[in-house]
Amino acid sequence: MQIIESSQVYDVIIVGSGAGGGMATKILSEAGLKVAVVEAGPFFDPSDPEQMTQLKWPYESPRRGASTTRPFGDFDSAYGGWDIEGEPYTNTEDTDFKWFRSRMLGGRTNHWGRISLRFGPKDFKRKDQDGLGDNWPIGYDDVKPYYDKVDKLIGVFGTNEGLPNDPDGFFLPPPKPRLHELFYIKGAKKSNIPVYPSRMSMLTKKINNDRGVCFYCGQCSRACQVSADFSSGTCLIFPAQKNGGQIDLFVNCMVREVTTNDEGKATGVSYINKEDRKEYKLKGKVVVMGASACSTARILLNSKSSQHPNGLGNSSNIVGKYLHDSTGSSRVAFVPDMMNRKTYNEDGVGGMHVYTPWWLDNKKLDFARGYHTEMWGGMGMPSYGFGFNPNDFNKFFGLKVGGYGNDLRKDVKKYYGSVLGIAGRGESIPQKTNYCEIDNTKVDEYGIPILKFNYQWTDHEIKQVKHMHDTFEEIFHNIGAEPLGSKPGKEQDYGILKPGEIIHEVGTTRMGDNEKTSVVNKYQQLHDVDNVFIVDAGPFVSQADKNPTWTILALSWRTSDYIVEQLKQQNI
Amino acid sequence: MDRRKSLKSILLGGVASGLAVHGCKPNPNEAVTQEVVTASNYTYGRTPKEKELDEKLLKEVFFNQHEMESMSVLCDLILPANNDSGSATDAEVPNFIEFMAKDLPELQTPLRGGFMWLDHKSNTDYNVMFMSASEEQQKTILDTIAYPDPAVPAEEQPLEVQFFTLMRNLTLTGYYTTKMGIKDLGYKGNMPNVWDGIPEDVLAQHNVAYDDEWLAKCVDQSKRGIIAEWDENGNLLT
Repeated sequence: MQIIESSQVYDVIIVGSGAGGGMATKILSEAGLKVAVVEAGPFFDPSDPEQMTQLKWPYESPRRGASTTRPFGDFDSAYGGWDIEGEPYTNTEDTDFKWFRSRMLGGRTNHWGRISLRFGPKDFKRKDQDGLGDNWPIGYDDVKPYYDKVDKLIGVFGTNEGLPNDPDGFFLPPPKPRLHELFYIKGAKKSNIPVYPSRMSMLTKKINNDRGVCFYCGQCSRACQVSADFSSGTCLIFPAQKNGGQIDLFVNCMVREVTTNDEGKATGVSYINKEDRKEYKLKGKVVVMGASACSTARILLNSKSSQHPNGLGNSSNIVGKYLHDSTGSSRVAFVPDMMNRKTYNEDGVGGMHVYTPWWLDNKKLDFARGYHTEMWGGMGMPSYGFGFNPNDFNKFFGLKVGGYGNDLRKDVKKYYGSVLGIAGRGESIPQKTNYCEIDNTKVDEYGIPILKFNYQWTDHEIKQVKHMHDTFEEIFHNIGAEPLGSKPGKEQDYGILKPGEIIHEVGTTRMGDNEKTSVVNKYQQLHDVDNVFIVDAGPFVSQADKNPTWTILALSWRTSDYIVEQLKQQNI
Repeated sequence: MDRRKSLKSILLGGVASGLAVHGCKPNPNEAVTQEVVTASNYTYGRTPKEKELDEKLLKEVFFNQHEMESMSVLCDLILPANNDSGSATDAEVPNFIEFMAKDLPELQTPLRGGFMWLDHKSNTDYNVMFMSASEEQQKTILDTIAYPDPAVPAEEQPLEVQFFTLMRNLTLTGYYTTKMGIKDLGYKGNMPNVWDGIPEDVLAQHNVAYDDEWLAKCVDQSKRGIIAEWDENGNLLT
């Protein structure tokens, strides 16, 4: 079989269409560059009736939304998951890393939680504070102008609170808390745990004439047909096309490697078209990688040539190293004071209206980094699983559990909306020994060597999660709630979720000034190859106790500006 | 694929080369006809592969007639009709359970075996199949399996108790995910609206209150349609 080569030469080839790839597509195409976007999944538009799941009722699915085919249930918009048929990965012994991939235009931005937090000044310089990990080569002041621009372009609700490490921004006004959130606030305040309006990228107010305003269905994970929340397709790629950008979208096209010439410079990419299963080549002057931290590492490591025998950009041997995810754990409680609820529509925005950013001083604690808390509850739309064990809470009142007949209806209504869940999401310490690498013994269905993961949590993360559980119980206790299940103990590592399960994996192509210990410079340009850039979360030196998307967007914009400037000056 | 999507696929997926365009269906009208013939009753944003799976499962039959009839009797004992709302079979719960048994094959043996256990018990005690026993006899059997001991973990409960718990769970989830069940429950959402806080009487009922300072920061819903503008310090002006 021949590799089919296109004669077209693009100014820029962008690999991946999520937050990083989408932002690069917008900025670079609007600068007048001819752009190719190569996405491994199909085209996706949340306003296409054929793809839409928003405002569907549970009975519109024969399995009522069960998670048999999609990891977060039938109505979630992710095409993909931790396990994808034909696209395996492996783990070393004692590792159980979970690798989530969404194969679709817009990637994970179609279903993510929309929690949109800026990193703070301390987050870029963690080594200065606790001696662990490394500092970023840039600081908050370098990124702030881009965070400001992202806030105004995309829209995020929240409030300016003047907090030292959770910076102010350009916020839309937040929605009012719901009942379960007032109970959370009540419980947290009793223990002097601060609570603020959350910061999420839904439009509670009009931001421009192209996008709709939130109509409070609470279904952001299903992707919004009026583009009232952020996803890369609806807010970046489609508007860029509308603005007349020269953008060719290659969907269902899985990039295999970045191609290079005799001087070692990138010449484009090769990819497999999933529809005809043939290999193609695209030519470009610049290649921008936004495939996600681990997919980008995989492509670079698979891009071996005589000039780059260790993989592209990997003379340092750092590609794949320092992989890290957020820590996470959660607990659910029954709140007797939330029983017997009058029903009304409290769907709100998808996710939380309030949250707690990290509030303690690690110098007084036995672990190094912080976490924020999230919560959930309310009278949600029933789907598969609703009504299971309908009167288990009877045991808290010494009443009989189980039974049958019309009394069950009363039990279901009595307890509807009486549960509060709290989760912690924390910062881990990046480790060189936590990594992904190529597993030379296995192949995916496209003939591309796959990734193997090696990842262990350290004591810092495990102790942090132990602290989370103490916090959860304290808040529950303060509002007279009954925590469900048992508190995970030492033998369960205090309930820390598996690495990869929080889906914040970052760090595989980290940023630095020293080309021996990092993969990209402070503009996310490969040290080894000046016409290859990385705009996903691979360049993150550390993760912060914040969700990565807003920082991916800001850094991708910053890198895109730099690319435009460098092309103008004919430096690349 | 409908016409719009076929075109999209040709325009977007096929720019790679002449070959890729060739791979797509050349005649969009032909694709429309195909779509109509194979469409299932469920339209909820499926990918082609997911649609295929649903169609395959919907065509298969798992439970036999006796099992379906026994299931209907049991479902209606679990959730009979009342003055306000219909029964589990009125909400077609058995059809849902039939689908779930195919969708989650691990349910098959516990359910099928459970119905056999039920008949065995009824035959032993009353010399009649469960579905044909009197309601009093049926309830006498259920009383022995419908009340799990909360101190014993679910997976250590006796098999017949586990079977009943499974059937109760599937019946209730199948019921409350239908139009009838949602109405009975009183869920009011899944439609466009403007969230503007918890009703006063609900705050009073649950003995909580909004903090005025907090409320002052929240969205003024009368201005939601006005485009946001800020001063240079991030103060919202509109």
